[in-house]
Amino acid sequence: MLTILFDGVAYGMLLFVLACGLSVTLGLMNFINLAHGSFAMAGGYCTVILVNRLGVPFVLGVPLAFLVTALLGGLFERTLYVHVYARSHLDQVLFTIGLVFMSVAAVDYTMGSSQRFVQIPDALQGQFDVFGVGMGKYRLLIIAVCGLLTIALQLILAKTRFGSRLRAAVDDQRVARGLGINVGAVFGITFAVGSGLAGLGGALGAEILGLDPTFPLRYMIYFLIVVTVGGTSSIVGPFLASILLGIADVAGKYYVPTLGAFVIYAIMIVVLIWRPQGLFARATAR
Amino acid sequence: MDTTTATASQTPVLAADVAAYLKRRGRWSPLEIAFWIFAFASIWLFPDKYLILKDTAILALFALSLDLILGYAGIISLGQAAFFGVAGYFSGLVAKYGIIDEPIIALVCSGLVAAAFGFVTSFLVLRGSDLTRLMVTLGVSLMLGEIANRYANITGGADGLQGVDIAPILGRWNFDLYGHNGYVYCLIVLFVCFVIARRIVYSPFGLSLRAVKGNALRAAAIGIPVKWRLVAIYTIAAGFAGIAGGLLTQTTAFCSLDVFSLDRSADLLLVLIIGGTGYLYGGLIGAVIYKFLQDWLATLTPQYWQFWIGLVLVVIVLVGRERVEGWIAAARGSLVRLGGRAWTRIRPRSAALGGAIDGS
Repeated sequence: MLTILFDGVAYGMLLFVLACGLSVTLGLMNFINLAHGSFAMAGGYCTVILVNRLGVPFVLGVPLAFLVTALLGGLFERTLYVHVYARSHLDQVLFTIGLVFMSVAAVDYTMGSSQRFVQIPDALQGQFDVFGVGMGKYRLLIIAVCGLLTIALQLILAKTRFGSRLRAAVDDQRVARGLGINVGAVFGITFAVGSGLAGLGGALGAEILGLDPTFPLRYMIYFLIVVTVGGTSSIVGPFLASILLGIADVAGKYYVPTLGAFVIYAIMIVVLIWRPQGLFARATAR
Repeated sequence: MDTTTATASQTPVLAADVAAYLKRRGRWSPLEIAFWIFAFASIWLFPDKYLILKDTAILALFALSLDLILGYAGIISLGQAAFFGVAGYFSGLVAKYGIIDEPIIALVCSGLVAAAFGFVTSFLVLRGSDLTRLMVTLGVSLMLGEIANRYANITGGADGLQGVDIAPILGRWNFDLYGHNGYVYCLIVLFVCFVIARRIVYSPFGLSLRAVKGNALRAAAIGIPVKWRLVAIYTIAAGFAGIAGGLLTQTTAFCSLDVFSLDRSADLLLVLIIGGTGYLYGGLIGAVIYKFLQDWLATLTPQYWQFWIGLVLVVIVLVGRERVEGWIAAARGSLVRLGGRAWTRIRPRSAALGGAIDGS
């Protein structure tokens, strides 16, 4: 029981790191980015190449994956995404689904369609036993890293100048622009960092989530659930939503394995019917 | 135009105006007639392409159903596959267990089942923003996929529904190996559904849908029951999607979990975007282009055709959907003008002929 809770929390933390970039881009520019999972996949494959082929230590490989995906995200944002912000939601959905298809086929072509694993150092394998509860070392690491990241993100958002600019832009883009905040630049940086975080999540999660070319399609719905259930006005909402989702998914798969992902889809639909703006959203004027 | 629909019932003059407008809009143009003549001529023109033509016809019907809600009512949906799949399994199961033997009756029933399901789920879709709709529609179809997977003893699970034996149509025409009868059957069903959809779109009801799409608030203000109009069109569209799903099961005698997949709904959006939304031929033309594009790409790169499909999507959006649709509209316009000119060239002659007969 507690092990399930523990695994669920680890899984939820991972989902949060994967999806928080998406929630910020959605809240900031009202942009539906279905291709967010592609950046996560890029991070995962980047780690596979670095650690398995080039022999970079795991501890160094994961931050490198963050940097590479952040650069990639920034590049895509400046060259491609920038043209699509002002378009309708339908256009955004089409555009990003197109990107997903392309990334799936491109990774299939370059890396093969089989599932890949990152070589984890021996020190991180195995389990601790705390009061009879088995805790995987690797999962513990994930919780620690993701927890620190969450705190860091919250601090950046709440305490720094950039954070207040970002919050201002999310709350009211036009007024923020009027106050002299360069919303485009804020968004570019946020998009890059968000993609980088997705890449980091992909790198860390390759072991738990499984890494193959269909990754963006398989997890797209999970990211979207986090974002829609959590709301987009803060990062606390998506955080709680991803922990809930993680626990519900792990518990659902453990107790009613035959129903598979049915449980979380059902929860999502119920929540969306009940509160279309998300569970933890403030009522916004938009 | 929008105001006329609302006050139509009150002022007879306006009502007559609207009726005349709709009649004018609803007239079959020469180009449309040519389109369908060509469609039916394909039965004899391309005897070795029946399988892909059949798939195209089914896809066209499916795209037509999405166009009804996306192009005419403005609801973004990633879950049209739900209705396709429900009806697909329904028609497969009734054929397998011999509950309804006649394919046509089974097809109508599967359409009705899908429509009923659409009616129930429509209330979920009416709430919230575009993203919420997207998630709910997607969630519904994924949930159905999980359910179909769960009850593998009924649906066959991941192996698909096997042992489906479809009786001959009207007890006479069997589904043969070459797909000739299957294609003719699909084409006729497509035509019938198209005529029904055309009738719906060019009715006052269709006009009110356009008003809702344009501005739901104003539409409500002039007395259009927005909610019920959306429920109605969603239900109808679900029915059409169901008929498409039923057709697929009947012509392939097989149904698998992949009917619920996200790819199917996403491809459908692409079809509609290629052909253009908001006019009925968009789905049909898009289906033809998409299917042959896919066939061509799949022979070039069997494994990676998805990449090129994705590229097409990205390019279409970057170039601008309006611009692409503008080109299509321009091409259509020039074709119509050409057709119209040919038509007027034929008509005066026949009119003169008629006059000559009268005169003598």
